[in-house]
Amino acid sequence: MIPKHLYYTKEHEWIKVTDEGLYVGITHYAQDQLGDIVYVELPEVGDEFEASEAVSVVESVKTASDIYMPVKGSVKAVNHALENQPELINSDCYTNYIFVIQQEDNDLEGLLSADEYTKYIEELDQ
Amino acid sequence: MKTVLFDLHKSLGGKMTDFHGWDLPIQFEGIVSEHLHVRSQAGIFDVSHMGEIVVKGPQSTEFLQYILTADVKNSYANQKAVYAILLNEEGKTVDDLIVYGIGPSEYLLVVNASNIQKDFDRINSLKEGFDVSVENKSDTFAQIAVQGPKSQEVLQPLCDFDLSALKFFRFKNNASVNGTDCLISRTGYTGEDGFEIYCDPVGAKGIWTALLENPIVKPIGLGARDTLRFEACLPLYGQELDETISPLEANLSAFVHLNKGDFVGKDALEEPKRMLIGLEMEGRSIPRTGFLVYDDHKEIGIVTTGNFCPSLNGVYAICLVEKKEYGDDEFEIMIRNKPMKAKRANMPFYNKKYRK
Repeated sequence: MIPKHLYYTKEHEWIKVTDEGLYVGITHYAQDQLGDIVYVELPEVGDEFEASEAVSVVESVKTASDIYMPVKGSVKAVNHALENQPELINSDCYTNYIFVIQQEDNDLEGLLSADEYTKYIEELDQ
Repeated sequence: MKTVLFDLHKSLGGKMTDFHGWDLPIQFEGIVSEHLHVRSQAGIFDVSHMGEIVVKGPQSTEFLQYILTADVKNSYANQKAVYAILLNEEGKTVDDLIVYGIGPSEYLLVVNASNIQKDFDRINSLKEGFDVSVENKSDTFAQIAVQGPKSQEVLQPLCDFDLSALKFFRFKNNASVNGTDCLISRTGYTGEDGFEIYCDPVGAKGIWTALLENPIVKPIGLGARDTLRFEACLPLYGQELDETISPLEANLSAFVHLNKGDFVGKDALEEPKRMLIGLEMEGRSIPRTGFLVYDDHKEIGIVTTGNFCPSLNGVYAICLVEKKEYGDDEFEIMIRNKPMKAKRANMPFYNKKYRK
């Protein structure tokens, strides 16, 4: 269920490290909690953020949820497909990223491994 | 608190949430798909959390005429459900409810779950001088709503009488549904044709299970109940109505019968200074309850309910604003510190499909 090759945050984001930058999306747990997603407020390409700053908002019929910057960096690209089809996150949350980060360094400190994240959500469900 | 159907909801995969102290399903397979299912087929809702207050006695009719805004006197004779408002002395809304005349001098009042004790106390405080008794019977009723264009088709096989004889907002007491004694009315909270069934909690499980044996029928959670009622612009107590809002401000003057004689709060009902209007958002971000509404950059009120409307594929808002003439397209709603454009939309957003 939780892909092994990704990093995670306690805010239920996943991070995929690639040569083009860090892809960021929300986890199955997050999309399941939100329910039907009807809008994604995408950040502007080029905007710079500190780690933990709110960058984007995902809205479902039930509620709105902030998406936080997992590491310090700038927005390199956004997933425009979500503008017209935000529900793509519900149907496949690990393929449909929200934005890509250009990092200033390669510091991944504070991110969780798949095992650590699995343990974290197991504790939340208890 | 749990309704008698709690275990069935869990076994059907219901995602449970706290709703005014009740552990109820917010959704089963998903709010949008459940919503669309009710618009095209038939869905069933566990609304057993609703409150039931029985008023009876020789002067029960006079008493209800005195404490409610709507004329209830023909409810029993015509087997007609009556939507009414309970006002406070200031002419503002204590609750909105449905009255069923179940005997010549006996009435069943169905009230919002969040207001049961408040309503019961308020009604009791008004009964001095009237020969009536007031009883909170909420624990002795379960309630199931069957809603959607195929409601009659799916419910008829369980009933001992012809449902087509029951017109919109009419009811039948002591009817048998799946062998259980029920009160059944052609009412609902979705803007579709449908029925509400009141029965002893013991019989509710059997009715729920029997309805679900039909593959057309799906269980529907509170999430879709809210989007369905919102699209049809049916008021929700706590949002479009509360103790600071008069029914005239909430566009409910059709349920305030000023000609029926004196009633509590009547003298305090003033020419409304606010009104509800509908707006359609240009974008997709959702204006939530309490967000500020602007006309030509001037603040005019707040959002009472805003959401994505699955049947209309757009984002809409009901707003409580200063009463005046407005243009069509100079509106903005502040969403996360950004003014988002909106234009006037006719209410109801979704045209109700009642079978009158």
